[in-house]
Amino acid sequence: MRHRAFAIGAATLLAVTTLGGCGSSDDGTVRLTYWAWAPGMEEVVALWNEANPDIQVTVKKQASGDELVTKTVTAAQAGTAPDLVQAEYQALPTLASNNVTADIRAEVADVEERFTPAVWQQVTLGTDAVYALPQDSGPLLFFYRADLFEEFGLDVPTTWDEFADTARELNEVAPDRDLTTFSANDAGLFAGLAQQAGAQWWTTETDRWRVAIDDEAGRRVSAFWEELVAEELVDNQPMYTPAWNQALNEGRQIAWIAGVWAPGTLATAAPDTEGRWAAAPLPQWEAGENATGSWGGSSTAVTTDTDHLPEAAEFATWLNTDPEALTALVQQGGIYPAATDARTGGALAEPPPFFANQPDFYETVAEVAEGAAPAAWGPNVTVAYSAFNNAFGSAAGRRAGFEEALAVMQRTTFDDMDRLGFEVVQ
Amino acid sequence: MSAPDRPRRRRGASVRSAPYGFLAPTAVLFLLFFALPIGYALYLSVRKVQIKGLGLGPDGREEVWAGLANYRGALTDSELLDGALRVLGYGAIVVPVMLGLALFFALLLDDEQVRGRRFGRLTIFLPYAVPGVIAALLWGFLYLPSVSPVTDALETLGLPAPDFLTGPALYGSLANIAIWGGTGFNMIVIYTALRALPVEVREAARLDGCTPLQTALRVKIPMVLPSLVLTFFFSIIATLQVFNEPTTLRPLTNNLSTTWSPLMKVYQDAFTGGDIHSAAATAVVIALVTLVLSFGFLRLATARTRREENAR
Repeated sequence: MRHRAFAIGAATLLAVTTLGGCGSSDDGTVRLTYWAWAPGMEEVVALWNEANPDIQVTVKKQASGDELVTKTVTAAQAGTAPDLVQAEYQALPTLASNNVTADIRAEVADVEERFTPAVWQQVTLGTDAVYALPQDSGPLLFFYRADLFEEFGLDVPTTWDEFADTARELNEVAPDRDLTTFSANDAGLFAGLAQQAGAQWWTTETDRWRVAIDDEAGRRVSAFWEELVAEELVDNQPMYTPAWNQALNEGRQIAWIAGVWAPGTLATAAPDTEGRWAAAPLPQWEAGENATGSWGGSSTAVTTDTDHLPEAAEFATWLNTDPEALTALVQQGGIYPAATDARTGGALAEPPPFFANQPDFYETVAEVAEGAAPAAWGPNVTVAYSAFNNAFGSAAGRRAGFEEALAVMQRTTFDDMDRLGFEVVQ
Repeated sequence: MSAPDRPRRRRGASVRSAPYGFLAPTAVLFLLFFALPIGYALYLSVRKVQIKGLGLGPDGREEVWAGLANYRGALTDSELLDGALRVLGYGAIVVPVMLGLALFFALLLDDEQVRGRRFGRLTIFLPYAVPGVIAALLWGFLYLPSVSPVTDALETLGLPAPDFLTGPALYGSLANIAIWGGTGFNMIVIYTALRALPVEVREAARLDGCTPLQTALRVKIPMVLPSLVLTFFFSIIATLQVFNEPTTLRPLTNNLSTTWSPLMKVYQDAFTGGDIHSAAATAVVIALVTLVLSFGFLRLATARTRREENAR
């Protein structure tokens, strides 16, 4: 008797768990789940749900970044992935290589022209497929303390040579302050700087990958920063630490190279400095150019697990191209939209509150964003990124050995792909 | 409930099957939550992902038999070996200092002449109740030069403040967190054993004219040796599994890599690299090493105690 009760209990439990992932209810309403981390996404999706009673989307809040990639891949293997997922551009090859993202080319045939080729190429991975729709971009800019630059008589650098000179000048007039820090705890910034110099870390050539992290562009960028770090003209401590927050808040670091999303981060890290910052184009390698890289930015992908591919693609299209949706995304989520026509006017007419002193903030950004270099991501970005953390962390700590660190990053990335069986050359 | 009219034979059968009935819950739980996951990890460790061409799309990858390739990879991995060496260095600080302090405090609290023993016991034990991650964060703030009150205080006094997160000091800083959190627990284990010593033994020692120090060294420590062995055994296992402290401190410094300890390497392989098969193989290797080291020590220790007892 006992045993039978136990068996029935176990069977019921199994039945309940297997029934967990259904997508349609009896009344014909399509129900989609969407894993996303952008703040305010619920409010944006509510607009859709109101207008589309037969396609209801539920947002499930996630932690951002690498964790979500692992989680989504695992969920897809178990057959419990959501219908849609917010994915950073650099995660798309990993997701596509694990067969998590569906090819939605047929469903989104006419939206390509809404995006710049550099952005579009990141969701096609250079193939004929479309693995996601671009949502936001993170073009790199030079953020600096306008008040302190004036106080110390510094000019805003327009080239990297001038940037080094600025660091040197600051070191003379205020030895206890640093222009910025070379941080090894987020490879995204280094990747963006390398893109600006022309790096294409992963490229596809018909049926094989090419890994080119340790190339001319990468060496140029790493040699530049090694010199600054070695001469102690910039700090070598990681960012996003309590010490870093304090250095920014107290003006001991007076500039930061970051994506267009920096105002949000600065508002949290350095609340006392509101209204004292300004954004300028990233310094250039050749005077007069307008090139930048990207740090961050994400897309909306439909998973292969979905039973409602057309509806999911329809929602993704609305979310990333509809003016109402984009305005809501900018206002609620503070994102910088990837769709080019949403980058001027509307919600972006006013600067972010933290930069209220710079009325033309988004005009500067729009100009810079036009020069965003195409990024080229591969299926093991996370491996390359952690190789960066380790190799450049150690090099930054010693203030030497950046060239070798770049070589280690290249080797680790290539070996990992080679070991897994990818067709890969370097 | 009894059934007096039941045939004898049947009753015998039910009595004979009774032990299995009693065993069943444990056996089922053991199989489900212990044997099955271990078996699955072993299975994963002899498989690998094989990627074809670009590896994109539905036919890009498949799982195939790998034999011992993952184990070969784990054993020849220099990062794993470096991690193991780092952990050895870390353990060489943690284990002796922590157990030394635990024994010292236990003996102190066991001495009836010491005042405030209840309070002392509680305060020394309290850090053990702080979750490891919280402890690491807390200490992390104290270690970061520009926000650390310790650095601040030293500089006010005109003393050179060490950089807690660089070079050899880093080992001390990490060990300090483990010692701070672990001493209390080990002290309680030893202290309990001390309290269990018969009163006659203490009395005899006192009558024989032992000073408290002599009582501690010649009577108490030899008699609580089994507890010391036990705490040593726990400490070895905890040291080999160090993960929380370096992982939590990692974002604060350039000097902690993502593969600083062997378990961090497993985590990195599984969740950053997405290679669950290599991670499983490395985990099995770590489990085996832990097993050999800890049980090897235990055997050695018990064999020695037995020999000494026989000699007595």
